[in-house]
Amino acid sequence: MNWIKKKNNTKININDIPTLKINDLREEIISLNKRPIGFFGKDWGRGSTKLFVILADDENADLYVSSVIFEGSEKEYESLTQVILAFHIFEREFYEQFGIKPLNHPWLKPLRKNQKDYKFFEMEGEEVHQVAVGPIHAGVIEPGHFRFMCNGETVYHLEIMLGYQNRGVEELMVKHPTNQMAESICGDSVIAHNLAYSKVMEILKNIKVSKRAQLIRTLALEMERAAIHIGDLGAISGDIAYLMGASVFGATRTLVINTMLEFSGSRFGRGLVRVGGVNFDIDNEKIERAIKTLTKVEKDVDRMVKTMLKNTSVMSRLEKTGVVSQEKAREIGLVGMAARACGIVIDSRFDFADECFKNLALPRKIFKGKGDVNARFQLRYQETMESLSIAKRILEMLKNGFKEEVLNLNNNSLCADSLAISITEGWRGEIVHIALTDMNGTLSRYKIKDPSFNNWYGLALAVRNNGVSDFPLCNKSFNLSYCGNDL
Amino acid sequence: MFDTLKSRIYQGNQFIKDIKNAPMREQFRGLPKLCNANCNNCKDCLNVCPTGALKLNPLSIDMGKCTFCGACKNVCKTGAIDFTNFYKLSTTKRENLIVTEDMTQEEFSKIAIEVRKEIKRVFGKSLKLRQVSAAGCNGCEMELNACSNVNFDMGRFGIDFVASPRHADGLVITGPISKNMAYALEDCYKSTPDPKIVVLCGACAISGGVFQQSSELNREFLEKYPIDLYIAGCPVHPLTFINGILGFIQGK
Repeated sequence: MNWIKKKNNTKININDIPTLKINDLREEIISLNKRPIGFFGKDWGRGSTKLFVILADDENADLYVSSVIFEGSEKEYESLTQVILAFHIFEREFYEQFGIKPLNHPWLKPLRKNQKDYKFFEMEGEEVHQVAVGPIHAGVIEPGHFRFMCNGETVYHLEIMLGYQNRGVEELMVKHPTNQMAESICGDSVIAHNLAYSKVMEILKNIKVSKRAQLIRTLALEMERAAIHIGDLGAISGDIAYLMGASVFGATRTLVINTMLEFSGSRFGRGLVRVGGVNFDIDNEKIERAIKTLTKVEKDVDRMVKTMLKNTSVMSRLEKTGVVSQEKAREIGLVGMAARACGIVIDSRFDFADECFKNLALPRKIFKGKGDVNARFQLRYQETMESLSIAKRILEMLKNGFKEEVLNLNNNSLCADSLAISITEGWRGEIVHIALTDMNGTLSRYKIKDPSFNNWYGLALAVRNNGVSDFPLCNKSFNLSYCGNDL
Repeated sequence: MFDTLKSRIYQGNQFIKDIKNAPMREQFRGLPKLCNANCNNCKDCLNVCPTGALKLNPLSIDMGKCTFCGACKNVCKTGAIDFTNFYKLSTTKRENLIVTEDMTQEEFSKIAIEVRKEIKRVFGKSLKLRQVSAAGCNGCEMELNACSNVNFDMGRFGIDFVASPRHADGLVITGPISKNMAYALEDCYKSTPDPKIVVLCGACAISGGVFQQSSELNREFLEKYPIDLYIAGCPVHPLTFINGILGFIQGK
């Protein structure tokens, strides 16, 4: 047996994971041809390294897990990226962390370290010039370096250099895992990351979460999605100088996050989710108020978007700007919202649904997008409306039933020799948390994959052949996370 | 065109008129309220605090480290720890952030900000700030962006974020300052013309927050250069930020 097949939110005994030779595993990965969601190493004692590979089969909701051991003397292997491009960033990360070199990798450059020594890709020609931006940007955003190779106003190529945000999160998570740390992995996906972390811990500790707590978690996740999407609709408006949109969406977002403040004491939902359930129950008075607010938000967003899309000068900026073709998106392995905007059907809420989401039995809306800024704008609008309606439905459910405790305070010890996987669909896309424990039941490795990790290269492709002044617009339509990538 | 006008009229004015006395929802976790008499020394709170902000005998919370997660309050069975919704959590002295039982809202407001004449004179009517995110998680960054939205509208007080340190009167630092950002941060500071101020915004910037144990940080900058204002929060609420800056430059 070359793979062990598992579902989302389950644990595996580490000893049950097959260990193959690298060449055999490589053949297997290529013949299976599924999407990578985990490709990471772990020290395996005496100088050897164990590489875990996790592939996702979205159609059947299966996860394929396998592994390979590199002895201390084995320092290279034939790269997978040559055959499946989506591995490019995973192999770069593995090389940077463990020094095992993927041979013939088309672009083996640093991911989070040594930015200063890196020699950027250059193009030559009389009219070609470089524009370098960052790490500190003009706006109030996170740091990263962008290097544009331009011909006049047109961008031929954009190279993105990140790693400035590296805080050693994975290491800290092994030493001192807390919900608060999970919330700070990426401050705009507080609920999503914290949920993925909490689920991993609950799997390893065998803790059951009540239905009511699960509903509150799903509610918070959808409110987070709606809030960020509305904020980004505003930011996109701002970048095309449609200030009316920027103002209105900004003010509308405030309504959503202030509702979150009423639920949890924090505008971004910090302190709400914890291992075992949620910290705060929501009483009927708050529910009534929230339903009223969210109804108003629905109406306001709908009204503003429709007004905006009727405006030809708006449409001329959004349409055909920053296009990523569906073919390219598949090839480089885009995930989440960015992939859906290219017409790819992928959403781990449905593909790897948890119990609570399954029970909601929501219809899946397929979005037919062309992968431009307009598609990402429209998709965000559609998802905002969807999330608000899910949120309202959950609020109704909480009002009328599911009267139970929201917190299970059992604090069992972690299962020994286990690997637990949890996938949560944050607003950007799938957030994967993987935890490994050793024979004593202590955490020995923690792996986080934010959707930005897959998607940054998508942004680089999107700006090709666009004007350099359209970069902010393309950037905002993706709004990828720097710290989610840098960890 | 008419739709746009209709939308404008429908939206009306949404700015907070009196920002210095703006009400805050009761659920907000702000200034801690401690009670030594209720503390039975069980140390449960010490075990759940993610940043080591708490100390016992006497009970104290360091707001420079506190993430305001409320875990200590939730675990305390005797009601020794509570959080008020008081949000003006800025101070010019680091040690003021360590809150003990005696530190009431009024007391904190009295000592928090030491007004300097020259600051009031130079920056009182206009303060342009350059924000540097040095490994901030985007929580504080989003809240700082929110300061400029139509609700909080910080620009009306002459306070703005500008695109270049050359245009700025000071730096606002968020995040625990990673090794990889240390150089850029210092460079940015040196590019800002004198006189300038430095503001630390959020638990990460002030103390490293949840990342204080990380081996990937380089916080030497904070030892080299003077810090003028500390603004507590995780993330910092826009009202906390605006009132902190206003208190510092206007002395009100």
